[in-house]
Amino acid sequence: MATKLRIRNLYKIFGENTDKALAMIEEGKTKDEILSATGATVGVNDVNVDIEEGEIFVVMGLSGSGKSTLIRMLNGLIPPTSGKIEIDGEDIAHYDDEKIREIRRQKISMVFQHFALFPHKTILENAAFGLKIKGVPLKERNERATKALGQVGLAQYSDSYPNQLSGGMQQRVGLARGLAAEPQVLLMDEPFGALDPLIRRDMQDELLELQRSLGKTIVFITHDLNEALILGDKIAIMKGGRFVQVGTAEEIVGSPADAYVEAFTKDIDRSRVFPAQRVAKSADPIQKSDLGAEAALAAMDRLGRDAIYVVDGGKPVGVLRYRDAQGTLRTAGGDCSSALITTFPKVDAEKPIFELYPLARKGLPIAVVDDAGQLIGVVEPETIFAELAGDDEAVASEATLQTAAE
Amino acid sequence: MFSPEDLIEIPFADWVDDFVRGFLVPTFRPVFRAMQQPVDILMQNLDAFLNAVPWVVFTAVLCFIAWRTAGRGTAIFTVVALAFIDMIGLWSETMTTLSMIITAVVFCIVLGVPLGIAAARSDGFLKILRPILDIMQTIPSFVYLVPIVMLFGVGTVPGVIATIIFALPPIIRLTNLGIRNVRGDLIEAAKAFGSTPRQILWEVQLPLALRTIMAGLNQTLMLALSMVVIAALIGAGGLGLTVNTGLGRLAVGTATAGGVGIVLLAIILDRITQGLGEAKKRSDKTSVRGTVSRLVKPLFGGSRSAEPAE
Repeated sequence: MATKLRIRNLYKIFGENTDKALAMIEEGKTKDEILSATGATVGVNDVNVDIEEGEIFVVMGLSGSGKSTLIRMLNGLIPPTSGKIEIDGEDIAHYDDEKIREIRRQKISMVFQHFALFPHKTILENAAFGLKIKGVPLKERNERATKALGQVGLAQYSDSYPNQLSGGMQQRVGLARGLAAEPQVLLMDEPFGALDPLIRRDMQDELLELQRSLGKTIVFITHDLNEALILGDKIAIMKGGRFVQVGTAEEIVGSPADAYVEAFTKDIDRSRVFPAQRVAKSADPIQKSDLGAEAALAAMDRLGRDAIYVVDGGKPVGVLRYRDAQGTLRTAGGDCSSALITTFPKVDAEKPIFELYPLARKGLPIAVVDDAGQLIGVVEPETIFAELAGDDEAVASEATLQTAAE
Repeated sequence: MFSPEDLIEIPFADWVDDFVRGFLVPTFRPVFRAMQQPVDILMQNLDAFLNAVPWVVFTAVLCFIAWRTAGRGTAIFTVVALAFIDMIGLWSETMTTLSMIITAVVFCIVLGVPLGIAAARSDGFLKILRPILDIMQTIPSFVYLVPIVMLFGVGTVPGVIATIIFALPPIIRLTNLGIRNVRGDLIEAAKAFGSTPRQILWEVQLPLALRTIMAGLNQTLMLALSMVVIAALIGAGGLGLTVNTGLGRLAVGTATAGGVGIVLLAIILDRITQGLGEAKKRSDKTSVRGTVSRLVKPLFGGSRSAEPAE
C-alpha cells in the first residue's frame, strides 16, 4: 500500500512568540517552561507519521493532548506553525486559502464530534452540502447524496430535518455528508464521543463494515482507548502534543512504550486485543499414520499433557485424551482410532482470545489453525486464563510500583 | 462662585453653524440632493400605487399576508382595523404613511443588512460602527431635522430620510448579532468542505441569522412608525401631518384620530413581522414556510434563498 499522508516535523504553537518557542523546543524545554517564558502554548510538538492508503489511523489522547489541533491541521482549519503535511506527495501545510479550499473540496472531508449538521437544511441537503460547495449540479448532487445516505441506512429520511433525528442518526448523516463528496481522506474528530455507549458500539461496527467496502484513508480521533483498539489498523497515543507510541493494537497493549501508555492499557480487555496464537503453544501432534496408544501415551508423557492432536497432512483430524488412550490398551489392544474425538474445538489464529472462552468449556485443548486449516498450535484452557491473569497482575503491580516511586 | 464659563467661553453653537452653513451645505448640497433621488422615486411610486389600490383589494392582500404569517387572529384584526381607518376618513393619509414606512424600511434593509454583515466579519469595523449607532439612537431626532432641512429641503422625502437615520441602528445591530451567534462548529464544518467566505455567508450564516435579523427588522419598523409625527414637522404628509395639524389647532379629535391610525397600523405591521420571524420555528407547516420563503427572498437579493424551495 502506498503512503497517503506523510507528516514530518509538524508543530503548532499558539501565541505570539512562535519563533522563540520553536527554539526552546529544540533546546528540549518542556511545555510549561515555554509557556511561562514566551506565553506561547505548544499544541502539537514534532509529529512524524506515515499513514497508509486505506487504513484507519487512530489518534488517541486525552483532552489537551493536541489531537484536535493535529486533525485540524490536516485540512488547514488550523494552519501549522512549521512542518510538512503531504497528501500523495503534495505538501499542503503552507497552502493559501484558495489552494487549501481546493484540497478540502477534492480530497479531504471531515466528520465532527457534535455532528455540526446544518439545522436549516434537510438531511438530503446536509448530505449534499460538500457537493453543492464544489458546484455539482442539483440533480447529480442529490443522486450522490442519496447514495451516501443509503450507505449509512438513512435514505428514507431525506426530507427530515436534523432535529427530528436521534444522535446516532445525526452522526450517520454527518458521515454521509463526509462520504458524499467522495474524498480520499476522511477526518473523524471524536465522531462517536457524544453518543450513548450502545449506539457508539453499533456505529463502530458500522464504520468497520463500511470501511471494508470503501477502503478510505481515515484519520480518527478518540479519547477512548477501547475504541482506538477496535477501529485502528494503527494507533498513535498522543500526550502533550507528541506521539508517545505508534503501533498496532497488539503492540500498544502488548508492549507499551512508557508508563503513560501502560497506565492506559491497564484497564483494557486484553482478550479482545490479542489473537489466539499469542497464547498458543507448539502442537507437537502425532501423524495419523503413526497413531497407536503406546506412541501417543509416550508423547503425552514427554510433553506433560492430558491430550494430543492427531494430524493428517498437517490438518487436525481429532484429539486423543490420555485416559482414552489408556483405555484402548485394555479394550482394543492399542487401536486408538475409535477413541479419537473428532468434534474438537478449533479456532483461527487471528481470532481474539475472548472467542476461545466458550471453546474452553469442553476441557480439551483448542486447536489453532491458520488460513489454510493447518494446525499451528494448541491452547490449553488453563493457559488462556493464566495469560490474561498473569499479564494483568504484572501490569497492575508495575503500575503501583511506579505510582509509589513518583 | 467660580464657573468654568468665566475662564473660557466656547461658542459651540456658532462653530456648528459655521460648519454646516459655511461648509457642509454649500459643498455637499448637490451630493445630498442626488442621494435623495432613489428615496424620492420609490416613495412617490409607492404612494401613488397604494392610494390607487382600492380598499377591498389592499385589505384582502394584507389580510392574506397576516393570515399566513401571524395567524387568523391578526388577519381578522387587520380587516377590522383597516375598515375602521377608512370609516374615520384617514385612508389616504394611512396609505401615505405606509408608503413612507415601507420606503424607510426598504432603505434600512438595503443599508443595514450589509453593514451588519460587515460588522460581524470585522471586529475593527464594529468598533468604529458601535459608537456611531449609539449616537444615532440617543441623539434627539429634532437635532438632525435642522441640517436635514438645510440639505434636503422640506417635504415627505426629507422626512423619510430622517426616519431612515432614526430607524437604521436595530437592523444593523441584530444582523451583526445574528451572524456572530451562529454556532462555531457549523462555520467550521462549512469551511471543512471547502466553502468560500461568500458560500459560508449564504449557505450558513444568513439563513441561521434570519430569525434575529427579522427581530431587527421588526424593531426598525416600529422605530420608523414612531418617527411619523416628527417627520411631519419638516413637511412629511400622512397620519403624522394629521396629528400635527390637530396639535397646532388644539383639535383634540383630529390629533386622536391620527394617533389611532398610527397605532392600528403599528399593531398590524408588528404582528406580521413578528410572525415572519417566528414562522421558521413551525417548520411542520409547509404552507407557512412557503410564504416566508416568498416574502423573505427579495430581502436577500432573491438569488439564493435561505429557505428550502418547495
